[in-house]
Amino acid sequence: MKDMDRAQVPGEAVEHTLTFADGTCRRVFVTSVETPYPHGKLIVSRTDTSGVITQCNKSFVDMSGYTEAELIGQPHCILRHPDMPAAAFADLWKTVQAGRQWHGYVKNLRKDGGHYWVYATVVPNVRNGEIVGFTSVRREASQEKILAAEAQYRSMN
Amino acid sequence: MTFNFSVSPSFPNERISDWYIFNTWLQRALSLPIHLELYDSFGTQRAAIAEGKVDIIYANPFDASLLVREKGFRAIARPEGQPDEMVVITAAESPFKEIPDLKPGARVACSDDPSVNTVGRILLEPADLNAANTVEHRRETYIQVAREILRGEADVGFLPVEAFEALSSIVRRDLRVLVTSQVHVIHHVFLIGPALSPHAEQITQLLLSMHDTDKGRGILEALGARSWQAVQHEDVEFMIDIISTLTQ
Ligand SMILES: Cc1cc2nc3c(=O)[nH]c(=O)nc-3n(C[C@H](O)[C@H](O)[C@H](O)COP(=O)(O)O)c2cc1C
Repeated sequence: MKDMDRAQVPGEAVEHTLTFADGTCRRVFVTSVETPYPHGKLIVSRTDTSGVITQCNKSFVDMSGYTEAELIGQPHCILRHPDMPAAAFADLWKTVQAGRQWHGYVKNLRKDGGHYWVYATVVPNVRNGEIVGFTSVRREASQEKILAAEAQYRSMN
Repeated sequence: MTFNFSVSPSFPNERISDWYIFNTWLQRALSLPIHLELYDSFGTQRAAIAEGKVDIIYANPFDASLLVREKGFRAIARPEGQPDEMVVITAAESPFKEIPDLKPGARVACSDDPSVNTVGRILLEPADLNAANTVEHRRETYIQVAREILRGEADVGFLPVEAFEALSSIVRRDLRVLVTSQVHVIHHVFLIGPALSPHAEQITQLLLSMHDTDKGRGILEALGARSWQAVQHEDVEFMIDIISTLTQ
């Protein structure tokens, strides 16, 4: 995946290198700016069986800071934030590939280096008995739940 | 054989006669005997569905999931336009300015509409409120939900947007919307069951062209719809996947 463009990240930013489950790396720039969750909305995306984004709604696009064209066809880890422990996503993949639902609190990285918190549910799309892809629906999390997740992830990293 | 038609009880009472008129139109146009059975609660309708007493239904999205995934029903049409959305309301004078202002013990007035209640519950999550730390007041009608708020007997209430907008301006003046859902992808659908599947094509064509005649348009208007739109099976599967994430 392409490194993040420093020019797209306004103000002070910290550089990190993410290493993904497949061994590839991405250089990202992270600020401390949080974008608040849009009240009342659901953030929805779908992927193929390998986690490549195939479809997303407007809230997903707006919150990510990318355009829809920049997102479709990219692996979902385009949103991976360095504060998220790899173990959370390993658990996600193990769960949904086994045909079950996964939920958890996720801190996502925006194109501008900022972040947003969600409570995410991922389900396998089962058609004629076969998993043909995955859908994720995110909703607003309470401040308390976010603080607890933050502390837990810090201890895992 | 007479087929049974039913309608999700999520519509206002004033529309009961309009659904009978729709059913008469449907029977005539199809030359099939169809009996309209309306249930006064979601629970009794679900029981009828479980007993196989429904062959064609205008279903709310949550019942549609059950019918498609477990009963072999197929979605054939949906109303054009606005998806189903809901509002969380409070009294105009209440101290709550946004959802996180609500505290454990909050009293929640709602009907027994599963779609509205599920989405409403999700919209209370940012305050860490759930079934265990709130007091739910179940009411028969949307008007009664609004009344609970006006009388100060409940802190918040759940209403479909349509029902909220149908309240008189005097009632609405004393209410305030804390949040409106913008789920977009969830809507009512027309479904047909296995017994009617030989007629699926005919029924679909009939619904999709209903707005082409004055008579059809008149009936649609009375039901609060402009026209029926085709639905792809995958669209409904997608809607059901989304609903499954909301009901865990
Ligand atoms: C439907 C679906 C939605 C996902 N949504 C996100 C997301 O919003 N943010 C994220 O960091 N990872 C998300 N993931 C997980 C990523 O695919 C990926 O596992 C993660 O970003 C970590 O990267 P890695 O597994 O390549 O190490 C999602 C996966 C699926 C199947």
